[in-house]
Amino acid sequence: MALLEVRDLSVVFGRKRQKPFTAVDGVSFSVAAGQTVGLVGESGCGKSVTSLAIMGLLPKRGVRVSGSVTFDGTELLTLSDKQLRDRRGRDLGMVFQDPLTSLNPVIPIGLQVTEVLRRHRGLDHKKAQAEATELLNKVGIPDPNRRLSEYPHQLSGGMRQRALIAIALACQPRLLIADEPTTALDVTIQAQILNLLKELVAGTDTALIMITHDLGVVAGLCDEVNVLYAGRVVERAARHELFADPRHPYTHGLLGSIPRLDSARSAKLAPITGSVADNIPWADGCAFAPRCPNALQGCVEQPPELETQDTRLLRCYNPVLPATTAAKEG
Amino acid sequence: MLRFIVRRLLQAIPTLIVLSILIFAWLRALPGGPATAMLGDRWTPEREAQLNAALGLDQPIWVQYWKFLGRAITGDFGNSTVTGLPVIEEIGRGFTATVELSFFAMVVAIGLGIPLGYLAARYRGRLLDNLTVVSTLIGVAVPVFFLGFLAKWVFSSQLGILPPSGRQDVEINSTSVTGFVTLDGLLTREFDATIDGLVHLLMPALVLATIPMAVIVRITRASVLDVLDEDFVRTAESKGLGTATIRRRHVLRNALLPVSTTIGLQTGLLLAGAVLTEKVFVWGGLGSLLAEAIELKDYPRLQALILLAAVVYVVVNLLVDISYAIIDPRVRVGR
Repeated sequence: MALLEVRDLSVVFGRKRQKPFTAVDGVSFSVAAGQTVGLVGESGCGKSVTSLAIMGLLPKRGVRVSGSVTFDGTELLTLSDKQLRDRRGRDLGMVFQDPLTSLNPVIPIGLQVTEVLRRHRGLDHKKAQAEATELLNKVGIPDPNRRLSEYPHQLSGGMRQRALIAIALACQPRLLIADEPTTALDVTIQAQILNLLKELVAGTDTALIMITHDLGVVAGLCDEVNVLYAGRVVERAARHELFADPRHPYTHGLLGSIPRLDSARSAKLAPITGSVADNIPWADGCAFAPRCPNALQGCVEQPPELETQDTRLLRCYNPVLPATTAAKEG
Repeated sequence: MLRFIVRRLLQAIPTLIVLSILIFAWLRALPGGPATAMLGDRWTPEREAQLNAALGLDQPIWVQYWKFLGRAITGDFGNSTVTGLPVIEEIGRGFTATVELSFFAMVVAIGLGIPLGYLAARYRGRLLDNLTVVSTLIGVAVPVFFLGFLAKWVFSSQLGILPPSGRQDVEINSTSVTGFVTLDGLLTREFDATIDGLVHLLMPALVLATIPMAVIVRITRASVLDVLDEDFVRTAESKGLGTATIRRRHVLRNALLPVSTTIGLQTGLLLAGAVLTEKVFVWGGLGSLLAEAIELKDYPRLQALILLAAVVYVVVNLLVDISYAIIDPRVRVGR
């Protein structure tokens, strides 16, 4: 059985007298120990909300979470606040997007690392301090002993993200969720951080959920990729399959909109037309239909189901065929 | 840190000199003067000239200023034109009264303001929050003198549980060491004097505290709400830390930064509020000295009082800066 099973997860935001907004709409996926799974999509597709729902970090007021999230057989959504706190930081670790704002500016790095060690592993001050030095060293922060007494503003962006990774991995969680961990960093640093994450989870049993809008990140890291659109999974495939042969027009568009160094200089980028504002509700059909080059009449009449096609899952009436992919690229 | 403090104090010197020149010129630019005020009905041009000569006010203004500066450096601010007593003595007595009152008012304002603001933020939108928001609005809006008289009427006239005015009961016969009634009682082990002092302080301090407390509640509430939305609070949550730890270590500490600035500003403004409160409760502090000096154009006393207010401002702001450096590592100068 998989380590994490997400079944039919829905998250609806809605205050009194306000139109409810469905951010995540029946998402299911699973992650096995040692596996790296990607959640990919544009801003607002529900990927971050999914991760926060798994961690139980969504605000309680004005948010309705339904479905099921089981971790090693335990249902997380029905756990009490205290039981969840016992798991967070110990079994479930999370790395956030912006390393500057995700660290407390007025507390030394050391305390921010040791507090999680002391909370879950019951280490005393001295042992926690030694362990924190070890952790910073492991994530490639030079001179870790000195860094422990420094404050976030004294570290570079890359170092801060390394520190956050150290915090997330401090108690050797069985599941690590990385929510756009490289988005706020310089390109050169991005590669370092990705390599670091790869090294840290490779050869261990730690499962990793990689949340990103950057297909380059997915290509280097993930075993399996879920492409999300408007809160639903539209395509799921193994990494190499997805890149070699994207079937969903949205996935295809995402790949087509990446600039390539080896294409002709005159070749135009093929961005996906329109924006998420053009979406139609899933109830009325395929949310992507208004932006979709392959849209058929049927697409706006009945929403497509997520169905198995060959070795992948696909939610589309008129997928891109392998042949057209080849023709377009040629 | 010591170098920082010394540098800040040295920086205050030019400020004070410029301010003293401004006060000096401004007071003398106003119509009338101490001589007119002192003579009243008995005024004749000859008598005024005579009195001005006696007070040294017939000399050119820069000569007057030079003499004032020379004496002020040695701590001599001249004699009051109202009482004839050395200004520094008069102010010394009033200063302890005002400082004692302001200190307790600030203790109340901070001690109640921060927890209330924090709780209002925590229970945002609930009954406690709404009550706090409304009552702080009233606290700021109601004039201090009205609140003072209302409190006196309720607690002294009707209920008769608190003394209506003054700092000390006439029956208390305690030794004065520092001039602070409550502190003296502790130092000389005359605890009845301390308790009596506190009883007298209770009402004026609460009345004086209303405005700064209301402001501190508001700023704390807004600041805590801001910090609760910060990413690092979510990080702390993701570590599975206990609620108490998150609130104390991650939320409150960051939220206190703007609050400490507010406390500094409010302490400075307290002097203005103290004038009214002292009037209502016949406190005998700087407030009545100031009111009297303005009315009677008492140049020496006014000059000394305004400079004193400036010094208090400088010191309070320095304390705020120091507290900032303690709370926030990013503003620490040097290493």
